[in-house]
Amino acid sequence: MRNQSRAPLAEALEEVRRSRLVPFDVPGHKRGFGNPDLTDFLGSRCLSVDVNSMKPLDNLMHPDGVIKEAEETAAEAFNAAHAFFMVGGTTSAVQAMIWASVRTGDEIILPRNVHQSVLNALVLCGAVPVYINPKVLPLPGIAAGMTVNDLLCAVKSHPNAKAVFINNPTYYGICSDLKQLTETAHRFGLTVLVDEAHGAHFHFGENFPISAMDAGADLSAVSMHKSGGSLTQSSLLLCGKNINADRLLQVINLTQTTSASYLLLASLDISRRNLALHGKEIFKKTVDFAAYAREEINAIGEYYAYGKELIDGESVFDFDETKLAVNTLGIGLSGIEVYDLLRDDFDIQIEFGDLGNILAYISVGDKSKNIERLIGALDEIRRLYKKPNKQQPAAVGVEAQVVLPPQAAFFAEKESIPLNACAGRVCAEFVMSYPPGIPILAPGEAITEEIIGLIRQSKEKGCLMTGAESPDLSRLNVLKGERHG
Amino acid sequence: MDDLWFSEYHTPSVRLSIRVKSQLHHEKSEHQTISVFDSNEFGRFLALDGIMMLTEKDEFIYHEMIVHPAMAVFPEIKRVLVIGAGDGGVLRELTRYASVCSVDVAEIDGRVAQVCRRFLPQTACGFDDSRVSLHIQDGLKFVRCKENQYDLIIVDSTDPFGPGESLFTREFYGNCFRALTENGILINQHESPFYCNDAEEAIRTHRHISRVFPIAEVYQAHIPTYPSGHWLFGFASKKFHPLVDLKADAWNALNLKTRYYNTDLHRGAFALPNYVKELLNRE
Repeated sequence: MRNQSRAPLAEALEEVRRSRLVPFDVPGHKRGFGNPDLTDFLGSRCLSVDVNSMKPLDNLMHPDGVIKEAEETAAEAFNAAHAFFMVGGTTSAVQAMIWASVRTGDEIILPRNVHQSVLNALVLCGAVPVYINPKVLPLPGIAAGMTVNDLLCAVKSHPNAKAVFINNPTYYGICSDLKQLTETAHRFGLTVLVDEAHGAHFHFGENFPISAMDAGADLSAVSMHKSGGSLTQSSLLLCGKNINADRLLQVINLTQTTSASYLLLASLDISRRNLALHGKEIFKKTVDFAAYAREEINAIGEYYAYGKELIDGESVFDFDETKLAVNTLGIGLSGIEVYDLLRDDFDIQIEFGDLGNILAYISVGDKSKNIERLIGALDEIRRLYKKPNKQQPAAVGVEAQVVLPPQAAFFAEKESIPLNACAGRVCAEFVMSYPPGIPILAPGEAITEEIIGLIRQSKEKGCLMTGAESPDLSRLNVLKGERHG
Repeated sequence: MDDLWFSEYHTPSVRLSIRVKSQLHHEKSEHQTISVFDSNEFGRFLALDGIMMLTEKDEFIYHEMIVHPAMAVFPEIKRVLVIGAGDGGVLRELTRYASVCSVDVAEIDGRVAQVCRRFLPQTACGFDDSRVSLHIQDGLKFVRCKENQYDLIIVDSTDPFGPGESLFTREFYGNCFRALTENGILINQHESPFYCNDAEEAIRTHRHISRVFPIAEVYQAHIPTYPSGHWLFGFASKKFHPLVDLKADAWNALNLKTRYYNTDLHRGAFALPNYVKELLNRE
């Protein structure tokens, strides 16, 4: 048993700072002295531990000292067989899980509302996506989770699939029946990969949905920098007992930087300690904040801040109560519009707004008075900007028709044609609506009139559209010559 | 006597110090630190988070100026909401009007009122009036739940950097607008125009209020212990203009004895220095 009240890596850094080692190595700012402006901006304490890999500080490429110790402590804290500290964001953790599980031509089952990083990983490794289209919950207008039946159908039609990828929780807090899904997948020999970017807190709080490792999943990508409290871009890759961790490290090292930031690594170590020691009370406070806000926002009227009542035992198996997502269509405004009003008129920055919802990220760092401000501002927005015509919840996704694997389409010969002439062609690039960064089109997919309509609608609502070469999305890159259907 | 001084930093390079006879009280409440000192020059004074809120010697200026201008414009004010006001000074002035029927007070920190009752009876006597109801609650939350209920809202808050932060926001002023009747007036302490950080808050506050209320004017007073001594108040309303609608005769007929406020000063207080006008007009 590791001692969770220790932070081996952070302690070693502190030791190095105290030892007053003379630096004739990189970084060239030499504990900040070489860059007074930067030191002034970030603080000398911060710069004094921005150091390079060295004997007492181990090496992220081949940990055998304090990093190994810190990773093992983290693994124990998260009930995993191994934990890898990641410095390329959860994106890098997602990519490593995929590359460790599928190869060129292998099939991987995944919900359509996966994060962009998943599809990027497929472009690079050549695996073929088998999409499960998540059910859309009509009232909040958001995607539900994956059901065991969805998985069984996918396995039946694609018996050679090698892995299944599950979002748990979704950005909005929707959870699937992870335990059943994992058991089912294992029965068919599938590796279970979980995007747990929004669920770092699950294992540490009380009455939370089950975490991926607790459910027996094989791999999980955890954004420690979200609910875990570490620095932006730091993340964890967790694996279960059936994963060959040495091989996984090789996969990670394919793309991971050789100059990993010790600021990020130490933040993972310290945040893990904080979760292990104080997780219960931290997340109790977070849930209380969110519950209070949900109740007060629902009391305003016409907003819908949803919670556990969404649970239906299937596609919404559980709900993460730290999430404060609010459907805004009742006041006749899109989530994007409310998001902009909150920032521009009320100096409140929330996590995102989509066509019908906003999400305010709640954490232990919040203050009651700021929660009151958010509620007060939503009340004001309703008073001042409410529109009589209630908009219908927009479709959150459309069925994807995969014509070619993403890799083949991304690297194929292509041509640029106007958006309105694209129906019937095969897309050669991504089209994302951001946030939350979920693809409308991926390379290799057939473009339909319905999809073109969704792109137009998202643009009109002010979503940031990314991924395509044409910045205003007036054109799309499609496969040369080829028509589909 | 020991050479003991209380200092408040008005900017990182400017401070005001008062020689202290003794410290009467110090505590850390859930929201802030609360201290009461005694001094030769200013009598007793209250500091929250190290910032002077009132002294016995000059509190009359602030409290008269935050209450009487609104009462002289709309003497029929009946229902009043005061946000903050843990020291009771605003209540003391308000309850001098027989026409006022009820005064709700929303103060976030119940300890402030308790400490003031014990050490600062000069202002805390305002709590003794039976028309006053004290609610220990976040001001923003309190006002959010009200509609068309008050003729006057007075925001007697701390600076926008402490627990009073949410009382300097657009959502708060918007919620106040809804809580006011069609004749309603909002008076708020509006920071100082002089030092740069305070001035920025004054500008921001004025901008927020102007976007919510059709009439949003600013007036001033001289308060020796506040940063720069030059202090602003906001007068916002749905209907009444503070000069056009001034009922000087009606107010003077009430025969209230005041030490700072009078109806001539009322007119003068709204005449602002050019640099302040420029600040407030800046977008």
